[in-house]
Amino acid sequence: MRELLWLIPILPLAAYVTLGVIGRRLPRWAVAVIGFVPVAASCGIAVAVASPYLSGQTSEPYVQVLWSWLQVGEFQPQIAFYLDPLSVVMTLVVTGVGSLILLYSTEYMDEDEEYSRFFAYMNLFVASMLTLVLGENLLVLFLGWEGVGMCSYLLIGFWYKDPDNGRAAQKAFIVTRVGDAAMLVGLFLLLSELGTLHIPLLMDRATAQWAVGAGLPSAAAALLLGGAVGKSAQLPLQVWLPDAMAGPTPVSALIHAATMVTAGVYLIARMHTLFLLAPIVLLLVAIIGTVTLLISGFSALVQRDIKRVLAYSTISQIGYMFLGLGVAAWSAAILHFMEHAFFKALLFLAAGVVIHALDDEHDLLKMGGLRKRLPFAFWTFLIAGAALAGFPILTSGFYSKDLILYSALVSSHGGFWLWLGGVVGVLLTGGYIFRLIFLAFFGELRREIGRLPRIRMKIPLIVLAVLSIVGGLFQIPRSLGGTPRFSNFLKPALGALPSGSLTIEATSELISSGAAILGIFIAYLWFLRRPKQVSHGALPAVPEMLQRYWFVDWGLDWLYDRVFVRPFVYIAHINRKDIVDRPFRRLEWIMAWTWRGFRITQTGRVSWYAVCVIGGVVVLLSMVVL
Amino acid sequence: MTVIPLNHVLILATILFGLGIVGLLVRRNVIFMLVSIEVMLNAAGLAFVGAGAHWQSADGQVMFLFILTMAAAEVSVGLALVLRLYHQLHTLDADAADLMKA
Amino acid sequence: MILVWLLGILGFGAVATWAVGLRSPTAARWTTLGLLTAGLILTLSCWSETAAWSAVRPTASYWVRELNWPWIPALGIHFYLALDGLTLILIVLTLGIGILSVLASWTEITTHVGAFHACMLWVLTAILGVFLAQDLFLFYFSWELMLVPMYFLIVIWGHEHRVHAAIKYFIFTQAGGLLMLVSIVALAFLHQRATGELSFNYFDLRHTPLSAAAEWWIMLGFFVGFGVKLPVVGLHTWMPEAYAEAPTAGSVILAGLLLKTTSVYGFLRFALPLFPNAGATIAPAAMILGVIGIIYGAWMSFGQTNLKRLVAYTSVSHLGFVLLGIYADTILALQGVILQTVCHALATGGLFVLAGIIRERTGHRHLDHLGGLVTEMPRLGAAGMILIMAAIALPGLGNFVGEFLILAGTYNVNLPLTIIATAGQITAMTYALRLMQRVFHGPMPRKWRILDLNVRETAVFVVLIAFLVWIGLRPQPIINLAQPALDHLKTFESEAIIYPEPS
Repeated sequence: MRELLWLIPILPLAAYVTLGVIGRRLPRWAVAVIGFVPVAASCGIAVAVASPYLSGQTSEPYVQVLWSWLQVGEFQPQIAFYLDPLSVVMTLVVTGVGSLILLYSTEYMDEDEEYSRFFAYMNLFVASMLTLVLGENLLVLFLGWEGVGMCSYLLIGFWYKDPDNGRAAQKAFIVTRVGDAAMLVGLFLLLSELGTLHIPLLMDRATAQWAVGAGLPSAAAALLLGGAVGKSAQLPLQVWLPDAMAGPTPVSALIHAATMVTAGVYLIARMHTLFLLAPIVLLLVAIIGTVTLLISGFSALVQRDIKRVLAYSTISQIGYMFLGLGVAAWSAAILHFMEHAFFKALLFLAAGVVIHALDDEHDLLKMGGLRKRLPFAFWTFLIAGAALAGFPILTSGFYSKDLILYSALVSSHGGFWLWLGGVVGVLLTGGYIFRLIFLAFFGELRREIGRLPRIRMKIPLIVLAVLSIVGGLFQIPRSLGGTPRFSNFLKPALGALPSGSLTIEATSELISSGAAILGIFIAYLWFLRRPKQVSHGALPAVPEMLQRYWFVDWGLDWLYDRVFVRPFVYIAHINRKDIVDRPFRRLEWIMAWTWRGFRITQTGRVSWYAVCVIGGVVVLLSMVVL
Repeated sequence: MTVIPLNHVLILATILFGLGIVGLLVRRNVIFMLVSIEVMLNAAGLAFVGAGAHWQSADGQVMFLFILTMAAAEVSVGLALVLRLYHQLHTLDADAADLMKA
Repeated sequence: MILVWLLGILGFGAVATWAVGLRSPTAARWTTLGLLTAGLILTLSCWSETAAWSAVRPTASYWVRELNWPWIPALGIHFYLALDGLTLILIVLTLGIGILSVLASWTEITTHVGAFHACMLWVLTAILGVFLAQDLFLFYFSWELMLVPMYFLIVIWGHEHRVHAAIKYFIFTQAGGLLMLVSIVALAFLHQRATGELSFNYFDLRHTPLSAAAEWWIMLGFFVGFGVKLPVVGLHTWMPEAYAEAPTAGSVILAGLLLKTTSVYGFLRFALPLFPNAGATIAPAAMILGVIGIIYGAWMSFGQTNLKRLVAYTSVSHLGFVLLGIYADTILALQGVILQTVCHALATGGLFVLAGIIRERTGHRHLDHLGGLVTEMPRLGAAGMILIMAAIALPGLGNFVGEFLILAGTYNVNLPLTIIATAGQITAMTYALRLMQRVFHGPMPRKWRILDLNVRETAVFVVLIAFLVWIGLRPQPIINLAQPALDHLKTFESEAIIYPEPS
């Protein structure tokens, strides 16, 4: 059964090629079928391929070599796929959530002129993402890594006629590429020091050759972290993600929430052996995660665009995953990745219903009272929002987030401050997501409702809502009498979770539950009890200066614009004529002027020439005589 | 027979040559310019003949014959060019033919 | 013998094409196509033989095919042609690009069609001569022969400022070429002084005992000669003009073959193996120039508003990688150099074809007048996107393999330069995305009413992209073919001796 592995990425790729070549000539229903069915089939194959792992028959990795990529001396990377529990989880989430979102898109994008182009790009994205998670060596992983980056670029700029969308798309691609450059140097380092890019072999050689805390593994890990930070929109490269919301909503759901932006998390989890050799870098991962989750939480509190709130929330949640990775709780990070994929995709899709119904309105302050008119969107959004906030016991987000927080407290790589940052983040999360819910769905109705979702948009919402609730069952904490099934499943690939006493676990859970409920309560006080707040959406009791600062995401964007973008553009602009050419042009100029001087003598008149001849003879003769 | 001093011959030749030069520079009519060149050639020839007589050598007269032949050739080519020039420009003014101006 | 046939078919075929073109322009196009295809078939007939040769690498004689006729015996000059794997790759590339540029300029060229194709065939013949020549005099002869028909291609069929561009191109490359001639002659005379025999044979000259200073100066002549054409940053300023003003086929051949490919070949075949010691001395400086080129070229490209100038400057950036790889001089980097050269020819050639088509359809080359083309020309937009992604070395396309190998091969030689060069890829993004945005995306400055690619143009792009993907995912055949040439180069270098200064 596992021999079918290669089909999983190939099916969406085939769909891409088909749609790319003949898509414009096909009727819409055919495009929808070609756009959706291959990914759904991939999902089915993924379940089949994963069944030996899921049923616990085996946890041995399975490698499928397709062909040898190239062979130069010792360097012999292959195009090969690698299946182990970690890639099983990733593949299932990508194909599962991917097919749900594609099903949703068949209806959501229905009125778009370029229906087939959308599905072509989406399928290419799924294919690249699957290549990324299944890649057996870092070069194949990088193939997928850049592939998803390109698809993200294409899909953010999908409505290309508006130059703003194009700008957002370029920003996303260029900023992530900054991280990728670091990652590429990391690959060169690993290749030249360890002589291979084959991931399992790399891990073996790294442990054999390098001591814990030595310079080389730290450098390698830090460089890979650079790539992860770019792709996963973490500090200091998070600036591209909020702008990336210019793309269609299903794109934001699939690429900029559920899958691509978590590629960095996957990379670090996949290379965790290397990161364990570099404790400093690991600490850096945790700090980046904590700081990012806090600052993005604050930024999310004051946004007015519904998708931007969700974007900052995504950055913040990936911050949690980084925190989990940084404290060596690998499977906790992956668990949170999975739960986050469910509830964040749901949030975006439900937001898509709202945006659709309000005729492409993104401004929260122009929404309101949608609870009665869009009950379906309201309930699904509420479920997802509660899961995001980590509402205790009932929602999946609670379990994964608490696992990370608890690990931060007990892990040998963790610490109290990291935990505290995480808890404050929980408070913020409850605050911003319920601010959004109260602003959009409660209060009085401000606009008329347009389109209502039909069946193809409803099914994915229902499935994701169910997953957002029951997702917690994958890993019920010991304090609630459960077993860590998910962590055990991942143990062969990622090792065990850090463990500590039951009391600490229960205390941590209690405090974070309290924080979540407190956050929701404050949002309730500020935005539901006092309706006047609703009219301008600002936070009471927080200085306005600070809010404006949060609104522009702590001014990082502004800083980059001034320090990098503007000088670069300015110099390129003034140097359009190429300063290097200047000496050559000067030479040309000198020649031209000399020529002008000489041409005066060429009058074309015979008598002038005769005078010159005679004058010349006289001069020469007098020189001889004198 | 009185011997004419060489100096006198050379002075006459110089005067003739100078007249030729002046004629060449001053006249614009191509035919007169050609005539001026003839005069200059003959001045040179006179100098040769005079010098040959002074040193009792035949070389001077040989050179004069050379100059004579060359002058004939030059005039024939020159007149052919003048004819072409007149044909094309309908004038004999040398300054009108400044097509070689840079 | 097949090598002479190859040159003969193209060289004399050009005369026939000219004659045919006087009667019927279409016939001239078909004749050119036929001649190039014949040449390609002839070359491909050597493919399996060469592949087998690459696998076993016989020691008796290095070459797969060789041919040595005396030409000017008094001066030791021979008509010496030879073929190995590297040459084969480049010849196939030359003929392939030649065919594509004929197809690309099918409707663009309307005046003196026969003469145009004849000039093109002569350029290609001279390029093949450069690749095949193993006698330095013959090499120089072919090298200079490339310039003349190309000059006419630009000056007769080019755009508005073609005369200035053509003269600048000619003077720059000619100056570089003359320096190389001085070096070649100096090398031959030093060889004669040492051995008493005047020869321009590549293998003879390799054993010339040179003092360090002589080696340095002679190498520098070659370096400048090849460097002007590569172009090395600093000597590149003739290039944007020439590319921008040349007709499409001219730009494609200039960018794809005439300059880069021949000079890369020159570096690999002559500059490195003939002067290993001086090469090692200049390597750090050359690598720094390469890295400056990577970033400066990309940066300049970002600032351009003329589509063809923009593409031209990307070449400076890509060839920076090549220069870096050549002087890193590890097998990994050199294999990368060859792949990068081939893929650069395909991708940049494709971009010039694209620019030509855009100009033909819209009448504009200026970015301010373009925009939103993908709405009217989705097929062109798709082709453009893939070629642009190739230009920024997206994995899965050939350029990535090239750049990756170059950088990986440079890593152990010079770490800081590798890092800067890798960061240079970010600057590459800026021009690529700007090009995409200003030409294909964004609002339309006016309502275009233009046709998308026709079958002929689609075929050109499909072939280009297919090769880029093939090299991106399975470059092994090319790597295998080039390997013996690189091993050969390495043995040359390992045998390097430093001779003492003559007292």
